[in-house]
Amino acid sequence: MAIKRSVIALLFIGFIAGILFWGGFNAAMEMTNNEAFCITCHEMKENVYAEYRTTIHYANRTGVRATCPDCHVPREWTHKMVRKIQASNELWHKMMGTIDTREKFEAHRLELAQNVWRTMKRTDSRECRNCHDFGSMDYTKQGRRGRTQHEEGLAAGKTCIDCHKGIAHQLPNMGEMDPSVIVGEGQK
Amino acid sequence: MKRRVISVLICVLAGGLVLPVLGKAEVQSLRGATPIEGGAVEPEVQTWQPDREPIDRDFVQQPPLIPHQIDGYQVNLKFNKCLSCHSWANYKQAKATKISQTHFSDRDGDVHANVAARRYFCTQCHVPQVDAKPLVENTFKPVEAITAH
Repeated sequence: MAIKRSVIALLFIGFIAGILFWGGFNAAMEMTNNEAFCITCHEMKENVYAEYRTTIHYANRTGVRATCPDCHVPREWTHKMVRKIQASNELWHKMMGTIDTREKFEAHRLELAQNVWRTMKRTDSRECRNCHDFGSMDYTKQGRRGRTQHEEGLAAGKTCIDCHKGIAHQLPNMGEMDPSVIVGEGQK
Repeated sequence: MKRRVISVLICVLAGGLVLPVLGKAEVQSLRGATPIEGGAVEPEVQTWQPDREPIDRDFVQQPPLIPHQIDGYQVNLKFNKCLSCHSWANYKQAKATKISQTHFSDRDGDVHANVAARRYFCTQCHVPQVDAKPLVENTFKPVEAITAH
């Protein structure tokens, strides 16, 4: 009888602890998944966040805003966990001070941007499509240029990031990828 | 001597009477005659015109106008958003107008492998359009040679 009672007590304690642990885990996950948390680091606040504030994803005519995690953290649970675990690498570099000055950040900008582009290419721009979906996109409502490019892009199997680079942050020096988009330097 | 003194005095007196009146009429602040308590006249909000076909030139040397919006385009040392469609390498794919070859020459007439620095900042000459009405009446007409028939 005493054993039965202790088993029930143990189960009950486990149940409560489970709720507390899971609730706490989710709370921590949510706490670290919003813009206010992202910009507690000056690396984010003074570089990418400041740039994003001038773009259409921050302010626009309809008043819909995409914040940092909307684009940079997957919504689906497993992908979100994977990304959160990867973020431990970012904590390491925060401690190392890898990009703790503007100069260091600029020196790493191309590499950092390419990391994001590679991921978006691999996931077929999954985070873009949380809001922008080809299926619900009416080309006839778009401008002359956008209509043509979107029709051709869809047909060619392109993904959002193939064309839409540098829409929320400044681009790194793109001369390496396309020499025709930068200023000519002395080369005659 | 006496007459001269009197005429100078008259001038000074007249000036003292007239100048304050003139001065008051001439000085006008940038916000116009609106009293400081009143609200300033708000300029009309203009929106950029949506995408359209290339706009005809009005005179031969006119830098072509931009027939689309360019909000948020990055044009700095690292990247020129305009050239991602209008450069010689990209214009075909983007179905855009290619930049003129004059853009490759620097001020000494030397031709560069890429756009010369003095021609790199597009909006110095090329501008997008709002539906703004001319401030003064104008009877200018383009020459027949560049007008589409």
